[in-house]
Amino acid sequence: MTAPLLEVENLVRTFTLPREHLFRPPPVVNALRGVGFTITPGRSLGLVGESGSGKSTLARLAMALDRPTSGTVRLMGHDLFAQPAAKLRTLRRHMQMIFQDPYGSLDPRQKVARIVAEPLEALTGAPKAEREARVREALASVGLGDTALDRYPHEFSGGQRQRIATARALVTRPDLIVADEPVSALDVSVRAQVLNLLRDLQEKFSVTFLMISHDLAVVDYLCDDIVVLKDGLIVESGASAEILRRPQHPYTRELIAAATKRYS
Amino acid sequence: MSDMAVVSSGAGFWRRARRHRSFVFGGILSAVLVGTAALSLVWTPHSPYRIDIPNRLKPMSPTYWLGTDPFGRDVFSLLMTGAQNSIVVGVVAVAIGMLLGTALGLLASARRGWVEELVMRFTDFSFAFPAILTAIMLTAVLGPGTVNSIIAIGIFNIPVFARVARGAANAVWSREFVLAARACGRGRLRITFDHVLPNIVSVIVVQATIRFALAILAEAALSYLGLGTQPPNPSWGRMLNEAQTLIYIAPQLAIFPGIAIALAVLGLNLLGDGLRDLVDPRLIRRR
Repeated sequence: MTAPLLEVENLVRTFTLPREHLFRPPPVVNALRGVGFTITPGRSLGLVGESGSGKSTLARLAMALDRPTSGTVRLMGHDLFAQPAAKLRTLRRHMQMIFQDPYGSLDPRQKVARIVAEPLEALTGAPKAEREARVREALASVGLGDTALDRYPHEFSGGQRQRIATARALVTRPDLIVADEPVSALDVSVRAQVLNLLRDLQEKFSVTFLMISHDLAVVDYLCDDIVVLKDGLIVESGASAEILRRPQHPYTRELIAAATKRYS
Repeated sequence: MSDMAVVSSGAGFWRRARRHRSFVFGGILSAVLVGTAALSLVWTPHSPYRIDIPNRLKPMSPTYWLGTDPFGRDVFSLLMTGAQNSIVVGVVAVAIGMLLGTALGLLASARRGWVEELVMRFTDFSFAFPAILTAIMLTAVLGPGTVNSIIAIGIFNIPVFARVARGAANAVWSREFVLAARACGRGRLRITFDHVLPNIVSVIVVQATIRFALAILAEAALSYLGLGTQPPNPSWGRMLNEAQTLIYIAPQLAIFPGIAIALAVLGLNLLGDGLRDLVDPRLIRRR
């Protein structure tokens, strides 16, 4: 049994909304109501659920971009929310993120070379020459040449941008990549290309994904395990093949039905 | 496509700019203003400081293109040199407001919470006072003069830029590329300089152009009241003041500086409006 890569334990996150009435307590949204799972290296996990189920909140917590109301997230045994800033920074080297919107996740004012180099620059003390070499390498691994370095994001198509975002996530050679709906903003034709790319990278760089999606087909293609989330609670979890063949919870069956309807 | 960078891509910007009528017209007027001021540094038809009583109140003529004032000074030369004064006051006052205001706005946006609240209430507080009236009060207290009028006008530009910068910066902070930078462990300061500032520069520049026009107007108002630039340095506002008593005898003395002020303000406003249209992606898509 290998040591777990990411352990999520009893995670709760509530958001307090602005007060609607002066004398009543402000309304509260329970985005996550006690969620836990474990990711072992090499077994990518898919997190499925419809919008509002708490998927994206969980992604942000897993990346330590937000603090939970209670519960813990451990990356390679280190509690992310109990680390001093410097230590958290070194841990961030091992986890990177790919965002949903390839138009919003790349700074329009920066050239691709700088965008992809940002994690290296921020998280490692690598000298400039090494950084440049690794940026080229990362771009090459997503199928983009050196000509991309000097261009701005708006010169690329949505699929190409998502490749650039993927190169940025790969550049520190992380162990875990959190991908929040990485293909849902893309055209169907481009979607397959990006999914194939992610799958290749999974093997080539031995990176493990925490894939967040509302689409079971996407998750089935890339992930070994599935966790189904509904209203901030896990309703079902297990190996992908098992869950897709024999869904136990009616909600899972609903999601599967929705996915098959779309692809047949 | 919701992409701001499309806007700044070199060739496309100038192609659209050339077709934008108010941008072109405003650009020409502003260029004439700056060109005149630059030319007056090396050449004017007559010295704007030389008093020549025998030639006072001359009408327009080939020697004195726009006539002379009650001291026999050439009005055209005075207007040319006065442009310098307007530009210096405008540039420095706007620069003060822009630097301090943008810094405050960025701080408010980066820290949120009570810092933002404090900065915004400070801007509300200063907006509660009529700008020109308070500038008059400030120069009355500090004493008249070019430097004090610059300070007074500059102070009133701070909250304007603070508001604009904070609004634009808040929009940038909610974008995903900021989240991506945070996932790299970037701190607020680095994100502000690497991502937020470059993405709000265009908005700030547009605002600066428009505030520049208002600063010229404010300087003219202060000088007209005798609180701005002091004699013998020429200033459009003071020319208006001096022409006032002679308005029935020599109306041209009031008309020409009036036209100069109006054209300068119009030109800069058109330029600013044009720039805003050109850098605001929402307006582009609508056209």
